[in-house]
Amino acid sequence: MNVSKVFRQGLLSNNPVLVQLLGMCSTMAISTTLFNGVGMGVSVLIILTCSNIVIALLRKLIPSKVRIACFIVVITAFVTIVDLILRAFVPALSSSLGVFIPLIAVNCIILGRAEAFAAKNSVLLSAADGIGQGLGYTLVLTLISIVREFLGSGTFGGGLLNGGEGIRLIPAQFPALLVVLPFGGFLALGSLIALVQYSQNRKKPSPAVTSGGKEAIAE
Amino acid sequence: MTFSAILSVALGAILAENFVLVKFLGICPFVGVSKKVDTALGMGAAVTAVMAIASLFCWLVNAYILVPLNLEYMQTVAYILIIASLVQFIEMFLQKVMPGLYLALGIYLPLITTNCAVLGVVLLNTQYGYNLLGSVVYGLTGGLGFTLAIILFASIRERLELTADYPKAFEGFPIALVTAGLLSLAFMGFSGLKIS
Repeated sequence: MNVSKVFRQGLLSNNPVLVQLLGMCSTMAISTTLFNGVGMGVSVLIILTCSNIVIALLRKLIPSKVRIACFIVVITAFVTIVDLILRAFVPALSSSLGVFIPLIAVNCIILGRAEAFAAKNSVLLSAADGIGQGLGYTLVLTLISIVREFLGSGTFGGGLLNGGEGIRLIPAQFPALLVVLPFGGFLALGSLIALVQYSQNRKKPSPAVTSGGKEAIAE
Repeated sequence: MTFSAILSVALGAILAENFVLVKFLGICPFVGVSKKVDTALGMGAAVTAVMAIASLFCWLVNAYILVPLNLEYMQTVAYILIIASLVQFIEMFLQKVMPGLYLALGIYLPLITTNCAVLGVVLLNTQYGYNLLGSVVYGLTGGLGFTLAIILFASIRERLELTADYPKAFEGFPIALVTAGLLSLAFMGFSGLKIS
């Protein structure tokens, strides 16, 4: 297993949200503006990378019976650090994400990667895994945020561009408010995962066809 | 807190501000443990118990240890440790006293530790500044709201398996999310429900 392969897996083929189906709560809850999506994604990216590195360093010291508790303490320490930094330097993001920043401590992506990867692999590979998975999460979150913000508020980059107003793409009376409400979150993520499954279903039969074709040629 | 304030907290936590369908907390067990109504009910009961007891202990620790020592920034760490040890304790208690329920819950019991509804409720208690009674009521009713949502959802999914007709790409997780979305749309009807 090499570093670049581990890194690339997190982006698409083993994407934490779309393929491993982890970290649903935050993905659906905060993906209402680009600012929220990117902010949350980067916070998770930093916490995931740091906790993966520390857990990989400690993996031979932690007794396996109490490993989950140890992982949680390491993760929560980084979550607290990021929470305090955001409160001090980016208060707007901190107040709009609210309780979902401390809740990163129980985000299944981070504990899942600690258990499935960092506890078994070297520091370098774990760091690559953390960055890859974190970027994969950020990617999905950004995508869903852009779509939901466009359909629900009719803007792009709310909270970030144009003095926090966002660039208006649809006149204010048209957007479907429903999309930024919880219903839209469920629907957007459901449709995105369905899209991934659709493309996988289409890919699957093709190897059988090519192998059949080879046999035909061999005959 | 007056009786009507408590009633309004309770109604809000169960219906108008339902933890799963409106606040997006506890989605993982909500989708993961909702294939059968029986297990959904067991999970709901366990989560409700943990949420109520965790609210009680976290409030006490926050008010009598963290606040006097100016250690509020340690809240997340302290709460997580309380929840983790509480779940461990409940696990041992059930194993000894109610082995039937213990076996039925199986793997889902330790997973409550990382249920964001539980950590969410204690963090919200602190954020909203509820007193001891308010916190426990919010924890208990938040858990009841979770139970209500997961039972409704499990009943719909049981039927979905048998009768529904949907595109193949939506099989499994996506159709569950769309169903949950429709359920959350129905719960939006409760928004604005208030007792003044």
